[in-house]
Amino acid sequence: MHLHRYEKIWLTVGILTLAAFVIVAGINAFAMGAMPPSDRQMIDPTKVDQTPPFNQPGLKKIGPNEYDATMTAFVFGFAPATIEVPVGSTVHFRVTSKDVVHGFQIVGTNVNMMVVPGLVNTASHTFTKPGNYLILCNEYCGAGHQLMAAHVVVK
Amino acid sequence: MAQAQMADVQDVRVDRPAARLSLAHVLVAFLAFGIAAIAGLLQGLVRGGVITLPKWLNYYEVLTAHGVYMGLVFTTFFIIGFLFSGVARTTGGSLPPAGLRLGWTGWWMMVVGLVMATVTVLTNNASVLYTFYAPMKASPYFYIGTGLLVVGSWVGGFGIFASYRAWKRKNPGKLSPLFTFMAVCTMVLWQIATIGVALEVVLQLIPWSFGWVPTINVLLSRMLLWYFGHPLVYFWLLPVYAMWYVNIPRIIGGKIFSDSLARLSFLLFIFLSTPVGFHHQLMDPGISPEWKFFHVLLTMAVVVPSLMTAFSMFAVFESAGRAKGATGLFGWFKKLPWNDVRFFAPVAGMIAFIPGGTGGIINASYQMNEVVHNTIWVTGHFHLTVGTAVAMTFFGIAYWLVPHLTGRQLTPAVNRLGLVQAVIWATGMLLMSGSMHILGLLGSPRRTAYTTYMNDPTALSWMPLQGVMALGGSLLFISAMLMVGIVLYLAFFAPKGFEEYPIGELDDTAETTPRFMERWSVILSLAVFLIVIAYAYPVIDVIQNAPPGSPPLRTW
Repeated sequence: MHLHRYEKIWLTVGILTLAAFVIVAGINAFAMGAMPPSDRQMIDPTKVDQTPPFNQPGLKKIGPNEYDATMTAFVFGFAPATIEVPVGSTVHFRVTSKDVVHGFQIVGTNVNMMVVPGLVNTASHTFTKPGNYLILCNEYCGAGHQLMAAHVVVK
Repeated sequence: MAQAQMADVQDVRVDRPAARLSLAHVLVAFLAFGIAAIAGLLQGLVRGGVITLPKWLNYYEVLTAHGVYMGLVFTTFFIIGFLFSGVARTTGGSLPPAGLRLGWTGWWMMVVGLVMATVTVLTNNASVLYTFYAPMKASPYFYIGTGLLVVGSWVGGFGIFASYRAWKRKNPGKLSPLFTFMAVCTMVLWQIATIGVALEVVLQLIPWSFGWVPTINVLLSRMLLWYFGHPLVYFWLLPVYAMWYVNIPRIIGGKIFSDSLARLSFLLFIFLSTPVGFHHQLMDPGISPEWKFFHVLLTMAVVVPSLMTAFSMFAVFESAGRAKGATGLFGWFKKLPWNDVRFFAPVAGMIAFIPGGTGGIINASYQMNEVVHNTIWVTGHFHLTVGTAVAMTFFGIAYWLVPHLTGRQLTPAVNRLGLVQAVIWATGMLLMSGSMHILGLLGSPRRTAYTTYMNDPTALSWMPLQGVMALGGSLLFISAMLMVGIVLYLAFFAPKGFEEYPIGELDDTAETTPRFMERWSVILSLAVFLIVIAYAYPVIDVIQNAPPGSPPLRTW
């Protein structure tokens, strides 16, 4: 099949650009560790309140400036509703759902993940600036979806 | 020349039986479009903080109606109606009896499914949005209704295949007309894609919603939905590309740039549009990052046929302009029929598709998805693609298709009104989609009723742009009502006459098309092969190592 010379140039440039995108994303992910949240740990969604660590949602200090935040998502809120950490802290968020699918997004950061019942999802973030960060549910979950929020207070 | 049947036939008319079938689809499409536009206006005004809904009307019920009617009903009915008309038009003006019979059976199934879905949505028993994510449980009749809509569309597709086969039998050894080939490709892609959602609805959602099984594998249901969810957007796009490749050259007085490249781009869509669904699940737990990355890779590959299409379009525009005596680098631009709504509306859509497609590449870019996933950026993105590129092309088609089917004419006055309608739509979309993109980058979520998150300062800072969104939505509503009025006028009141069904002719210098392009066994095998590679392992894994199941819940 014959391709016009200009079309060859156009497609070559286009394909090389796309290849560059994929290579950058690949290096970023597999060499630098910037993977999207893809935890594969399972949990019975009907027994979240009895399953450690989600039976006691909350913040736990695991090192200097490092915290584990174990959180549950449910209609229509998160537990705990407020987390307080000092500036410069790295927080590992571990979230599961007690009912339907929810979203977990911390506005102003790259923390953004799906919270699917039956599974745990995880994401980490280092808070370098003080502020009151809004955590919101970004997946429609029912009549009170627009009220589902929590906060990370960074002091 | 193999395309001889395409020459000298601009006065071929779609005959009465085929026209009735096509028109029945198109009218249901615009009825759904009108209802969806009302829902859209309400959403825009609520989100913009302009109005609050009465107690008896749930925001998410309105949102479900908007998504189902725009995304599933308007598109599917319009596409099947348009494809039937084009198949008839390019195969001599009529459809074979089998094509008509299957076409009407499919139409009735889709209408019954539509009524069932409508009743459950409007009684607030299915406020689960058009992605109906389990374990939110709608009425089983919502799932049966949407299932019937899908199966009905299959039957319509069989009607298109039957018409193609009948033509092939009458014309042994000949290359099929380009439009008919594209219609077949579109419905082949649709059959492959909808298998995912059909399996989800029949094997998972229906038994679970009736209570025959206690729990559902949520992760599997999401995989099956997104197996369908991405090729769905190409099902919307392919008829648009068919219009751009085949109808636009005739409207602007040019020639089709290349028959073989047009066919090749459609085949690439069949191969590449399905094995890419995980790029909608990049933020999901339970799927390994390596599989997600593989789907991202294939997603980038599916950009290539769109690049080919873009090249062809500008090649057609430029050569048509030069043939009319244009000089200089951009002189051809002025020779294009900007005051012809049949050209203007689709081209406005084409222009919107440039930022729309770019946004799509951003969304699919693995880590970058974290910034925009489930924010209102995504809503802005698909209002540029399906809401502008696809919708405005459908408008452009309706301006000549409806009068052609009813034996009436697109009058100069309606053409002028059409230009106004198209400009209002494009302006409304620019305001609405533009502010959605910015709001999304700021973090504002999609699919969410008006909220300040208890006066959170960040959320309060979004309000001015949400107002702009509401303004854009209001303009879109005005344009939509104009469009529905114009369709009704063209169908029942416009002056009688003959409106041309524009079908482009092939450039004399174009080469003959290689025959492997119609070897369906090879084409389908390759498509299935890619799907098996991309999906077999993850799907078997999520069935064998299923996460604990979820019981049904009604949370609205």
